[in-house]
Amino acid sequence: MNSIEFIKKVNEGAIDIVKHTESVLESCKNIDKNYDCFITIAEKSALEQAKEIKKRLSKKEKLPLAGLPVSIKDCISTKGIRTTAGSKILENYIPPYDAEVILKLKKAGAIIIGKTAQDEFGFGTFSTNCAFKIPKNPLDRDHSAGGSSGGAGVITKKADFPHIAIAESTGGSISAPSSFCGVFGLTPSYGLVSRYGLISYADSLDKIGVMAKSTKEIELMLNQISGFDKKDATSLQIKKKFKIKKEFKGMKIGIPKECLKNIDKSVENSFYSAVEKLKKQDIKVEETSFPLSKYVVSAYYVIAVSEASTNLAHLCGMRYGLSDKLEGGFNEFFSKVRTQGFGEEAKRRIILGTYARMAGYREQYYLKAMKVRTLIINDYLKLFKKYSALISPTMPVLSPRFEEIEKLTPLQNYQMDILTVGPNLAGIPMLNVPLETKTLPAGLHILGNYLDEDKLLSLGSVFG
Amino acid sequence: MKEDIKKISESSHLILTEEQLDKFTNQISSILDSFKELDELDTKEIEPSFHPTIRKNIFREDKVEKGLSIEEAFANTEHKENNFFKGPRAV
Repeated sequence: MNSIEFIKKVNEGAIDIVKHTESVLESCKNIDKNYDCFITIAEKSALEQAKEIKKRLSKKEKLPLAGLPVSIKDCISTKGIRTTAGSKILENYIPPYDAEVILKLKKAGAIIIGKTAQDEFGFGTFSTNCAFKIPKNPLDRDHSAGGSSGGAGVITKKADFPHIAIAESTGGSISAPSSFCGVFGLTPSYGLVSRYGLISYADSLDKIGVMAKSTKEIELMLNQISGFDKKDATSLQIKKKFKIKKEFKGMKIGIPKECLKNIDKSVENSFYSAVEKLKKQDIKVEETSFPLSKYVVSAYYVIAVSEASTNLAHLCGMRYGLSDKLEGGFNEFFSKVRTQGFGEEAKRRIILGTYARMAGYREQYYLKAMKVRTLIINDYLKLFKKYSALISPTMPVLSPRFEEIEKLTPLQNYQMDILTVGPNLAGIPMLNVPLETKTLPAGLHILGNYLDEDKLLSLGSVFG
Repeated sequence: MKEDIKKISESSHLILTEEQLDKFTNQISSILDSFKELDELDTKEIEPSFHPTIRKNIFREDKVEKGLSIEEAFANTEHKENNFFKGPRAV
C-alpha cells in the first residue's frame, strides 16, 4: 500500500492508527539494527501523536496526511525530540520549538517516527562524517547510503510500511543518497519550503526537500510543506499547487555534454536507457552544453564553507549543546568545548571557510565565487529558455564501498559532487529518479527552472 | 600557510594537535589551489549573487510576539543563575 492509499484508508477509519504506529516503530527498530539509519526513534512522541490523531479522526476531521509515518533528517528542529544534526556538539540538544515544516506536518496529521542519520551538519557525500553511526546502503551494507541525508535514503528504501522522508540539501544531500539508495528525491527551488527551524549549514544554499518511493508521494508532500513563512526571511511569497501532468508533447530536454565526462560505465548505460524511455513519450532529447560545469565544485565549496564557518560560531557550550565545567577564561572554555564537539570534517570546513573570508583573501575567494555563481545562474536561465528541463546522471559513480571512501582525499570527496552542486548553487529544483543497473542503483538527475517542480515530477512519473 | 592555519584555528576556537595541523595544512593548501581555477573566469563586470534569487526585504509589523518561555530558553543548559546564562570568565 502506498502513502496515498494509506491516508485514504485512515481517513475512512479502516486502519487503527495507534496499532499501526506501534508496528511501524517495531519495523523501524529492526531496520535500524541492520542499517543504522536513525539517530533517534521517536517512540514515545510518535505514539502520543497517533493517539491524538485518533481523537481528531473520531471528530470527523479529514487530515491530508492522516497517520502517515514520516521520518525527519536530524538537522530539522523537533520540539521535545533530540535534534543533533549528526554532531556530538548537539548530542543532548532537545529543541524547545518545532521547525515550520514540522508544524505543517503535525497539522496535516503526519506522525514523526524518528530522526534520520546524516553527516555532521550535512558535511559529506557519503554519510561517513557522522558522530554517531554510519548508515549502510540498503542494498549492500558494505557500501555507502550516500550523504548527507543517508539515513533518509535508507529508511525510504527499506520501509515496509507507507512512509515519506523529509530531508535537506545544501549541495546534493538529497540527490546523492536518493541515487545510491534507489529512491526518488526532490530538492525544491530555494525558498519554496521554509527553513525556519533548520540547523543551518549554508543559508544561501540550504533547502528542505522530500524523498519517497514514487513521484505521486513527493507531489503529495510538497503540496503540504511548501508555502510562504514570515519567520523565514528568504521564503518565497507565492502560493502554488503542484500537480503531475502526463502531457509531454512538444517538450524538449537538454543533456549538457560536460556532465557525461568521467562517468562510470554502468551509470552511463542506465542513463541512456532512461533517455530512450523519455523519447518514447514524444519528448525531444538533444545534446547541449554547460561549459561552466568545470567550475561548479570550486564555486560551491568556497561559498558553502564560508557560510558554514560563520553559522557554527554560535556553538560554544553555553546556551545549549555540549558543555563543560565553567573553568578558565572564555577562550579556553569555548576552545575546549568546540574541539571536543566538532568532528574532523567540521573542523576542516570551519578553518577553510574562515580562510576564504579572511581579510586579504575575501576578494580572491569568497567574492569571486559569488560572482561565478551569477555566471552559473545566468547560464542555467539561458538553457531553460530553450529546454523544459536538463538531464544528466545524478552521481558519476555507483555507491562506493566504505573502504574505497576511506582512501579519498577531502578534495576527491568534494569532486564527487560535480553533478549536484551546480543546480544547488543556482537554487533551481532537481529530482533524482532511481535507475536500475546490474548491481547497485544509479540515478537520473532532472533539473528545472525556478518553481518548475511539477514539470520535474511529471517527467519523473514516467519512471514511477 | 601552516602559520595561517594555526592562527585561524585559534581564532575559530579549535585546538589542533601538531599532527592535525600538518595534515590540515596539506589538505587545505591543495583545496585552495584547486579554488584558484575560478580566476580563469572574467568577472570584472559581474555582480555577486549572495542569494540564488533576487528578493526583496520582508518586514513585519513592529509588534511584540510570543517567544520562548524562560523555562524553554534555559532548558538546554546547566549554566544558569537567576534567569541569566552563566558564561566563562571574560577577563
